Amino acid sequence: MRKLIFGLFITILPALGLAAGGAVPLDHIETDHTDKASLQRGVALFTNYCMGCHSMEYARYKRVSDDLEIPAELYEENLIFTGAKIGELMKNSMSKDMAADWFGAPPPDLTLETRLRGESWVYSYLRGFYKDDSRPLGVNNVVYENVGMPHVMVGLQGLCAVEPKIGVNASVEPLSGNINDADVCPEYATEGSMSAAEFDQAMYDLTNFMSYMGDPIRVERERLGVFVLIFVAIFFVFAYLLNREYWKDVH
Amino acid sequence: MNKLLNWVDERLPVVDAWNKHVGKYYAPKNFNMWYFFGSLAMLVLVNQLITGIWLTMSYNPSAEGAFASVEYIMRDVEWGWLLRYLHSTGASAFFIVVYLHMFRGLMYGSYQKPRELIWIFGMLIYLMLMAEAFMGYLLPWGQMSYWGAQVIVNLFGAIPVIGEDLSLWIRGDYLISGITLNRFFALHVVALPIVLLGLVVLHILALHEVGSNNPDGIDIKKNKDENGIPKDGIPFHPYYTVHDLLGVAVFFFIFFVVVFFFPEAGGLFIEKPNFEPANALKTPDHIAPVWYFTPFYAMLRAVTVDLFGLPAKFWGVVVMGGAIAILFVLPWLDRSPVRSMRYKGWMSRIALAILVVSFVVLGYLGLVPATEGRTTVAQILTVLYFLYFILMPFYTRMEKTKPVPERVTG
Repeated sequence: MRKLIFGLFITILPALGLAAGGAVPLDHIETDHTDKASLQRGVALFTNYCMGCHSMEYARYKRVSDDLEIPAELYEENLIFTGAKIGELMKNSMSKDMAADWFGAPPPDLTLETRLRGESWVYSYLRGFYKDDSRPLGVNNVVYENVGMPHVMVGLQGLCAVEPKIGVNASVEPLSGNINDADVCPEYATEGSMSAAEFDQAMYDLTNFMSYMGDPIRVERERLGVFVLIFVAIFFVFAYLLNREYWKDVH
Repeated sequence: MNKLLNWVDERLPVVDAWNKHVGKYYAPKNFNMWYFFGSLAMLVLVNQLITGIWLTMSYNPSAEGAFASVEYIMRDVEWGWLLRYLHSTGASAFFIVVYLHMFRGLMYGSYQKPRELIWIFGMLIYLMLMAEAFMGYLLPWGQMSYWGAQVIVNLFGAIPVIGEDLSLWIRGDYLISGITLNRFFALHVVALPIVLLGLVVLHILALHEVGSNNPDGIDIKKNKDENGIPKDGIPFHPYYTVHDLLGVAVFFFIFFVVVFFFPEAGGLFIEKPNFEPANALKTPDHIAPVWYFTPFYAMLRAVTVDLFGLPAKFWGVVVMGGAIAILFVLPWLDRSPVRSMRYKGWMSRIALAILVVSFVVLGYLGLVPATEGRTTVAQILTVLYFLYFILMPFYTRMEKTKPVPERVTG
């Protein structure tokens, strides 16, 4: 009976798999919340480039300062621009009504952005801007078409003249050993201060930081999880032996 | 200690109750792994109650504060993240163990005479559980909470004449709002848990009155020794208490893998759009209920024709309601002389397999956006789901059953 059901289920599985997919191709990344240096670079980028418009209003500065091992004084001095105390929530000073007037919609809070859209989406989006004079701000994005956000990082990345290649795997030419498509942008309208590789690293750090903000307990949770599972496994052994002892007299 | 027990026992029948329900409750000795899920459902219920109480201490049931208070629990409340993940994972775990528990009942004919009432109380528990889960899902006040509730409450609007007023009455507003959130909160944390606990007590009292079924579907009370104890029965305690500990350990292992390593379960247990606060002006691209409702949601969407001047949506609601309602009459649909699938014929086996496959595939179809092809598949599977029940009086009587042994086979 069980075998029959299982068999039927297995035959149907591949058909289910086909239905997935679609949407925009993305560049995939794995975030690492134990990489403190990356997270520190990320919080610096976020504070300087994003926080003017985007809040992280569900999180507190103090937690970031503690988790990322940034001394509180240093943090207050360099990474809080609103005059807020370090124990406060990470709001910003832009009013939502005015922001709606300027951009069409108020810039969303980004505390949970990576959990809403995915880490790879954010990483791809940040690298997806290109020049498009038909848009009010002169830029468009391949990952988020007709987005209302300006290309804030233009000074770092430069402005891509054509649509960047997101979701295209880098390939190595077998004869020359040259790497194709390593740079998302084949042609720049204006040059930025960073090389393509540096910018990718910076955007990885920024995404990594945002991912940490979405799920700040992840490292601790997974560390504890290992101990919990070890405990349950040991408990199982004792439960098994106890059960065997009692059931000896059942025939 | 003994004196204290005697003192209490003279005033309250504690020893008697212990013996009736645990110490001298004789359960068949041939339970297999399918019999873990009843006690596991109880375990998950306790988990939901305890974590729920602590979540309530920090949750703010208002449209303005609900979303932020959940993040407050996740970030600022000591161990709040663990409480919340235990509760959110527990909700899905509850349905997993309950579905497996129900499948066990179908497989071994546990709903058959004299256990009809146990089955009906069980079905009422399932119904309450769905209401509880639905209302609980609104509380985080994310986009999927909001639009999921909007879609489901609007279903009542499909009922002719009274529909619109009925959904207005449920919401307490013209759209899902803080008013709805408040009342769902009250129902989720007070009213429904009380009903649920009462039904669980009835479910177990009815079970202990007639005794447990077993994989052979044999009545163990027919074969008693000189002391009136069933020859194939063993006391629930200690034999099944220690046995259930094994099930608990295995369950906890899987449960904690999810809680500590995959709390969102890839968007199945916590849907991604729920990381954005509810917004009445912005409809998500794709609204899907949580996985445990999707088989019924797929049936609802499978109905696409208007009939007798009533819209397809109404008939969809009828089909969806019927899919749950038909489960209640199951004890009277099965006409087989035997209980267990072990001794039923091939037709019953195929029918049950078809039911399981339809239910699982419908569950998948309810998760993904509808296309023409998928709707056709959902329509076929919905018909197959109902055929399992409608044809049951015929195939259970027609088929050739195997002889049932006198004693359990282990």
